[in-house]
Amino acid sequence: MVKKLRYTNALAVLLTVAGLSAPALAGSEDVVVENAWSRASISVNRPGAAYMTVRNTGEDAVTLTGLATPLAMMPEIHESKTNSDGVSSMAPAGEITIEPGQSVALEPGGLHAMLMKLQEPMTEGENFPLTLTFSDGGKVTVEVPILGIAARGPEG
Amino acid sequence: MQRRQLLLYGAAGAGVLGLTLFVGWWRVDGPGAPEPKGQRPLPLSAMEFRLTDHEENEVGPGNLIGRPTMVFFGFTYCPDVCPTTLSDISGWLEELGDEASEMNVVFITVDPERDTVEAMAEYVGYFHPVIRGWTGPEDQIARAAEGFRASFERVPTEGGGYTMNHTASVFLFDAEGELVTMIDYHEQREFAVPKIQRALTEDVEGAT
Ligand SMILES: [Cu+2]
Repeated sequence: MVKKLRYTNALAVLLTVAGLSAPALAGSEDVVVENAWSRASISVNRPGAAYMTVRNTGEDAVTLTGLATPLAMMPEIHESKTNSDGVSSMAPAGEITIEPGQSVALEPGGLHAMLMKLQEPMTEGENFPLTLTFSDGGKVTVEVPILGIAARGPEG
Repeated sequence: MQRRQLLLYGAAGAGVLGLTLFVGWWRVDGPGAPEPKGQRPLPLSAMEFRLTDHEENEVGPGNLIGRPTMVFFGFTYCPDVCPTTLSDISGWLEELGDEASEMNVVFITVDPERDTVEAMAEYVGYFHPVIRGWTGPEDQIARAAEGFRASFERVPTEGGGYTMNHTASVFLFDAEGELVTMIDYHEQREFAVPKIQRALTEDVEGAT
């Protein structure tokens, strides 16, 4: 229902701006999220992180603008960087545009879905839903499995 | 850089530059400059700091001499880089098998405010059992970091909290406490394990 409304809005905008008759709908509905995983947390005090590959299978660029999850009050896409001094830092990554046919990897030591202000502990063996929001108003929700604290990848 | 130094030397020699400028050079480019990155850590025997391990033992660099040692800095509220480093190290140690128990492996927190002895104990418990967690007063952590030529900095975050920027390299010392090498954060495991084995062999060589 909600999704249908959004489609209509997107279409309306396209029609007004471009004046085209019936452009093919493209954008966030062509986004595929693969290999999502996260690490368990100790209590709710420490932030968590989730990883995944976001693939744009469509013909238009898509822009990932934000995250939402009932698990954390402040989910945000972050990027860790390690400079030539070997010093690691972490900062919000801002919006991420994915070109058609391209994918963006959220993986340890780079981009990650930072889960701040956890509402409940991340318990190994459980899942949580994570919604990715795109600039066209579309949303993609994935179930993220919670692996052990020492997990190194989607396989554990 | 070198040309600039030469120029400044020459100018200072000619008495054209005032003392202020010379002092400026001394601090920025000269011998008085802060240690640039990639500076070699001191031997463990030349370091001085007192910390507490996750089992409440008083520890310092002296405790590490006698066995090959792996040291790295981090903090337990670090969601990405630190658990990744700890799980990488746990993987290397698993690969080393029995040899791992001949090493000291120490995780020093750069966030003693939140990383109490109890917090460190709980955290290291999730990783390889050889890994020890050290914490202590901030001035002692700073002295430790200085010895390793590591850096750390507290950075406020939007939510009113803070995160820590810190050196993410792993330092490897032989049994005498001399630096063998460093393992950079992004280094592949294929390269890390032979480096650790080198530290272990240098121990054998040193003993003969
Ligand atoms: Cu982050």
